[in-house]
Amino acid sequence: MATAPKSATGAAKAPAKRKTTPRKKGGDDKAPFSTPDLLRDYRQMLLIRRFEEKAGQLYGMGLIGGFCHLYIGQEAVVVGLHASAAEVDTLVTSYRDHGHMLACGMDPGGVMAELTGRVGGYSKGKGGSMHMFSRKVNFYGGHGIVGAQVPIGTGLGFGHKYKQDGGVCFVYFGDGAVNQGQVYESFNMASLWKLPVVYVIENNLYGMGTSVARASASVELYRRGDAYGIPGVQVNGMDVIEVRKAGEKAVAHCRAGKGPIILEMKTYRYRGHSMSDPAKYRTKDEVSKMRKESDPIDNLRAFLLENKLADEDALKEIDRDVKSIITKAAEFAQQSPEPEPSELFTDVLVDA
Amino acid sequence: MPTQVLMPALSPTMTDGKLAKWLKKEGDAVASGDILAEIETDKATMEMEAVDEGTLGKILVPEGSEGVAVNTPIAVILGEGEEASAINEAPAAPAKAEAPAPKADVPAPKAPAPTGIPAAPATPKAAAEPDYTGETRPMTVREALRDAMVEEMRRDETVFLMGEEVAQYQGAYKISQGLLEEFGEKRVIDTPITEHGFAGLGVGAAFSGLRPIVEFMTFNFAMQAMDQIINSAAKTLYMSGGQMGCPIVFRGPNGAAARVAAQHSQCFGSWFAHIPGLKVLVPYSGADAKGLLKAAIRDPNPVIFLENEILYGRTFEVPIDPDFVLPIGRAKIERSGKDVTLVTFSLMVETALKAAEALAEEGIDAEVINLRSLRPLDTETIVASVKKTNRIVSIEEGWPTAGIGSEIAALMMEHAFDYLDAPVVRVAGADVPMPYAANLEKLALPQVETIIEAAKAVCYK
Repeated sequence: MATAPKSATGAAKAPAKRKTTPRKKGGDDKAPFSTPDLLRDYRQMLLIRRFEEKAGQLYGMGLIGGFCHLYIGQEAVVVGLHASAAEVDTLVTSYRDHGHMLACGMDPGGVMAELTGRVGGYSKGKGGSMHMFSRKVNFYGGHGIVGAQVPIGTGLGFGHKYKQDGGVCFVYFGDGAVNQGQVYESFNMASLWKLPVVYVIENNLYGMGTSVARASASVELYRRGDAYGIPGVQVNGMDVIEVRKAGEKAVAHCRAGKGPIILEMKTYRYRGHSMSDPAKYRTKDEVSKMRKESDPIDNLRAFLLENKLADEDALKEIDRDVKSIITKAAEFAQQSPEPEPSELFTDVLVDA
Repeated sequence: MPTQVLMPALSPTMTDGKLAKWLKKEGDAVASGDILAEIETDKATMEMEAVDEGTLGKILVPEGSEGVAVNTPIAVILGEGEEASAINEAPAAPAKAEAPAPKADVPAPKAPAPTGIPAAPATPKAAAEPDYTGETRPMTVREALRDAMVEEMRRDETVFLMGEEVAQYQGAYKISQGLLEEFGEKRVIDTPITEHGFAGLGVGAAFSGLRPIVEFMTFNFAMQAMDQIINSAAKTLYMSGGQMGCPIVFRGPNGAAARVAAQHSQCFGSWFAHIPGLKVLVPYSGADAKGLLKAAIRDPNPVIFLENEILYGRTFEVPIDPDFVLPIGRAKIERSGKDVTLVTFSLMVETALKAAEALAEEGIDAEVINLRSLRPLDTETIVASVKKTNRIVSIEEGWPTAGIGSEIAALMMEHAFDYLDAPVVRVAGADVPMPYAANLEKLALPQVETIIEAAKAVCYK
């Protein structure tokens, strides 16, 4: 394995695409993706945004406990990248995971019910916000320990190569996790063994309350694979079209058996690190400037309208539709009962 | 219909707070994400964002109000086309955000029974151990471990071995001799010296449906990988509501070797046995090594397989039938006796057997139990033995505090108190880091004499 790229994943069968519409041939570069694709992105990003706002509200009502990390502001990253994912591909991320689950196609009601600790949640209420999984859509968590998902995702990439299923693993982690030692242990093995892994660094500028500059000796995070020969690309993570383009290239690199690649997504979270973070480490102006000028949803909406790819009514229809999905999800999350007391002792071990 | 805005809980512990400032006034348009107000919690001043769109129809709680309880309606938002006169129709705050939470009269989970004795079965229901009547051959524990891996790798394509020096070097302790030749570099993988990384990689591979055997050159180095073993491998099944099992074996030598001092000589049996979600096996003989390692590889759960360097070279009769697999969770009575029970595991089984022989010469008939598994622990076999002997000594290399002996002593209180004719005695390693000097090292580890002394003490002889 260590020396033989012979059976690299590139040689395996081409994986089935998920649901992306073929792009227009010779289309202009501003809109390299088809309108249905972009409308899908709009809808997905809005779904995540509204879901997170609702989660914040339910947290405020005391329905969600403990830690709750919202993805508001970062939606373009996972939505744009997941557009390149095939059915066989796998995804793993940290505790800021609600957006990733929705992008994978997990049911908003099931995710919200896990947040409220109900039996209808993806983990039957035993995992909570930070620990959710779905084998059905190849979502492997939802990990609460900063950086731990990086070796795990590298192992998922190892699994793709071992099974020669043509799959790629998307491993998401933040600018805080990027200084964990196990990240570099993973980079080393992934490059050594040419594993099909897209390492996505979601650089939202703050690891909890510490800015990248105060935590990282080098802030060019896309270069963190240099020592291991892993190529890295910095991407405007607030622009879903840019993210899509970068994702396609990265996935092609992995599927061709060339080993891992790093994408540094420059992004921004509007809310605090978790619900109980007042975010005093940055100015209000900084946040409102990002919201006003770089919002991925507003900007895509404007792009669609300016280029007459959609009209107000069509977008409003999506807005309404998303709102009703979220309302239903929130209702389900409140109506689903708490787990039976007998659930306390189940799922500790698989019956051998 | 108008929507009420409720006083939010902005930290896990907040029950009320101060409505410090309204940033919108009555009549203002409000969009999702707009900051409505500033709330002072027990910890900090937080901004409260709007979730619903519309017009701020009415402020119900003026700014400056202190001690506003969480979930108190503080304002009303009017939807498109709604008049202020509709405010009275605003639905009552979703009365108490509490879920249909279990009422007080709902019976508490069975587990913590009133006495504090766990109702979860203390004795695991392990399958009975089948009598092996097939052919055996004398071989070393080292060879038995290798054969176990070879047989399972032939049987199941998803099984692979990874670790430091397992492939080309043939294993730092020569356990994986010949494996690279037979299975190739896809399935026998030399890793960099990077325990945390490859343990985590193994966990990911196991999630993806493979069955990794991760070798730690010694378990001392598994400390680097502890987070992945405990937080990822052991807990994910539970945290995923039963979806995400982790069929992985972490194996390697554990316990004191000889003259390698503190950082390379320690028993981690009690550490791992503490963790729900793991199985922890501690083989003694060649048959244990082979039958339990095969069981571990076939098991759908994460298994910690603690070998012993000194035992690697010992020779035993070992079943050669590839279908020979031992059940996990069954202790073995290595020597039958009626006067005192000596319960132990791994290399200390050998020491205890020597002690039992010496005790026999003095007229004390000791029963020696080889635990083989620390989690699950075969309480049933220990209790049955104590019912017969009425006396028990636990023996381990590890430290006494919160050790396996402590667990056994507690179990005897819970399950065999009425049968004990003497207090449980623990024989354990000295409560110090392992010294290097030969004489001190010997003093730090249980010896035949220590066990004899303890056995006599519980027999009042």
